[in-house]
Amino acid sequence: MDKFTVVSGIVAPLDRTNVDTDAIIPKQFLKSIHRTGFGPNLFDEWRYLDHGEPGKDNTRRPLNPEFVLNQSPYQDAVILLGRENFGCGSSREHAVWALLDYGFRVIIAPGFADIFFNNCFKNGVLPVVLDSAIVDRLFRAVAGSPGYTLRVDLPAQQITTPGGEVIGFEVDPFRKDCLIKGLDDIGLTLQHADSIRRYEEKRRLEAPWLFNKQSEK
Amino acid sequence: MSGKTLYDKLWDSHLVRQDESGTALLYIDRHLVHEVTSPQAFEGLRLAGRNPWRSESILAVPDHNVPTTARAAGITDPVSRVQVETLDRNCSDFGITEFTMTDLRQGIVHVIGPEQGATLPGMTVVCGDSHTSTHGAFGALAFGIGTSEVEHVLATQCLIQKKSGNMQIRVDGTLAAGVSAKDVVLAIIARIGTAGGTGFALEFTGQAIRDLSMEGRMTVCNMAIEAGARAGMIAVDDTTIEYLTGRPYAPEGAQWEQAVSAWAELHTDADAGFDQMVSLDAGALAPQVSWGTSPEMVTAIDAVVPDPDAEVDPVKREGMRRALVYMDLQPGMAITDIRPDHVFIGSCTNARIEDLRAAAAAIRGRQVAAGIKQALVVPGSGLVKQQAEAEGLDRVFTEAGFEWREPGCSMCLAMNADRLEPGDRCASTSNRNFEGRQGQGGRTHLVSPAMAAVAAVTGHFVDIRQQEAG
Repeated sequence: MDKFTVVSGIVAPLDRTNVDTDAIIPKQFLKSIHRTGFGPNLFDEWRYLDHGEPGKDNTRRPLNPEFVLNQSPYQDAVILLGRENFGCGSSREHAVWALLDYGFRVIIAPGFADIFFNNCFKNGVLPVVLDSAIVDRLFRAVAGSPGYTLRVDLPAQQITTPGGEVIGFEVDPFRKDCLIKGLDDIGLTLQHADSIRRYEEKRRLEAPWLFNKQSEK
Repeated sequence: MSGKTLYDKLWDSHLVRQDESGTALLYIDRHLVHEVTSPQAFEGLRLAGRNPWRSESILAVPDHNVPTTARAAGITDPVSRVQVETLDRNCSDFGITEFTMTDLRQGIVHVIGPEQGATLPGMTVVCGDSHTSTHGAFGALAFGIGTSEVEHVLATQCLIQKKSGNMQIRVDGTLAAGVSAKDVVLAIIARIGTAGGTGFALEFTGQAIRDLSMEGRMTVCNMAIEAGARAGMIAVDDTTIEYLTGRPYAPEGAQWEQAVSAWAELHTDADAGFDQMVSLDAGALAPQVSWGTSPEMVTAIDAVVPDPDAEVDPVKREGMRRALVYMDLQPGMAITDIRPDHVFIGSCTNARIEDLRAAAAAIRGRQVAAGIKQALVVPGSGLVKQQAEAEGLDRVFTEAGFEWREPGCSMCLAMNADRLEPGDRCASTSNRNFEGRQGQGGRTHLVSPAMAAVAAVTGHFVDIRQQEAG
């Protein structure tokens, strides 16, 4: 996983509530057995005017000019500004892979769905929860000056606007540490392998049926 | 000292360790795996040179991509076929039990787990699928995870978690005839909203919940995620024990007795507190129908399509306007005037035997209406299909003009060939009415199995309470 410290760049506004992971990456692209290559199909049904399928040449497809990511300068955005309950619905991690593959490293919203929120941290994407009044203000600022940028500093837990305003944000200390160091959390967990084995020994006595092998029956 | 909630008990009994910040390592008893969210996890495992920690904790099944027709002919779509074959290979390489596509026990992962007794009270159950909340119906802590977490569970049998809050959703009273578990959960989501349960584990309590069968309880817990909660659960009682008796993966003999006695503790203590409580009156509930593109956009069958202008919150108002344009509906239109042209009875929400019985009973001897282009019944598993056929339900459906299919996720998410075309309008027993969920440009109305079946034979939504009374 790529380390995350400071990210600066263009903010793309996606002014909809309840953006679900089906919208972020439609089901037909979930047939891939890889983690990469989802970027061109991010928001596929909103972004293109035709129906997308895996294997189709996306560079030849008609774009929906109304969709924000098809408008200059948002093609180069690295920060996505969203609304309440971003990433709801299906657990598909492909949604985060698609956002990352497109180039997004930060998503700012007043609220995220739990599974999506969690999936972000596993892939070096920082979801930032801000008060909805602040998010409203950022939407207005972006609308007022397209190409608006923000600087997101994870170690300092601060977002800085072009005007120099500093907005603080909360992040879980464990997740912050993993992002900054780019840690593999399976490796971290396996450092506690002895604790896991001890738990299993104790549990096997309390609830032996949880450890039955199907072949034993 | 105050007592514990069911969630507290399940959490505490699976805690391997916890640090000062509350970050915990939680032990996972049952890992369910399907073809869509697992290939990258197995690939990661291989790249790191790791093996599954406990292969026998895993049960795998292909369900999302499988065709619901002519199963023996295999999968025509080469991309889908590769994904299913990848699951087959991963399971065989790592010694994991898999019900392959032609196995009678194959079906939707959230149907087969309970059906086999692979989901048991007191377990932690995870799957790379948000509807894993279904298994909470058994007094288990069950939740969906992403693919990185699938790999984490494969490698360590644990997950790194923080504890959620406790929310009680109490449904008192008795449901009217024609009102089902699906209507209960749709009404709950309409009440608390799609983010209402975010950060909480939900426990469903009250007389109306206790009166539900296990199938009905699974329907309710299944859609906890649509209320924003990763996990929903219901305390263990005689209904739970009776359902599990004799299931293939359930313990037997003295071990069964020991388990049943341990499971008696799986309820919230009388003196336990919840962080939030919501209550509903079951007696006041009508059959529910979704009118928009989010599962909170739901109203009663005897109501009308709501008017965005009456909504005070500007962001919500805009969302409602956008939804009505997508759904091609006008504010003030009676819900009973909505005319679906497709009907889908299936999915991990409503494809169990009781669902098929309810749908069949509502339409026995009637014919699919002229305006219906397709009416599909997709059983949740091969065993549900077999049972339904033994009861003659398949003939009720086929004689009415429904198609009777092979088990799988099918048109709930349209990853296989079963999908809506742009502009199609579907009465669906599934769980999500998102834009494009059942096919690009498709319009979904979430309803119960009996409501969907009656819409198929009348061509529009009907208040089935009147039919039941008559």
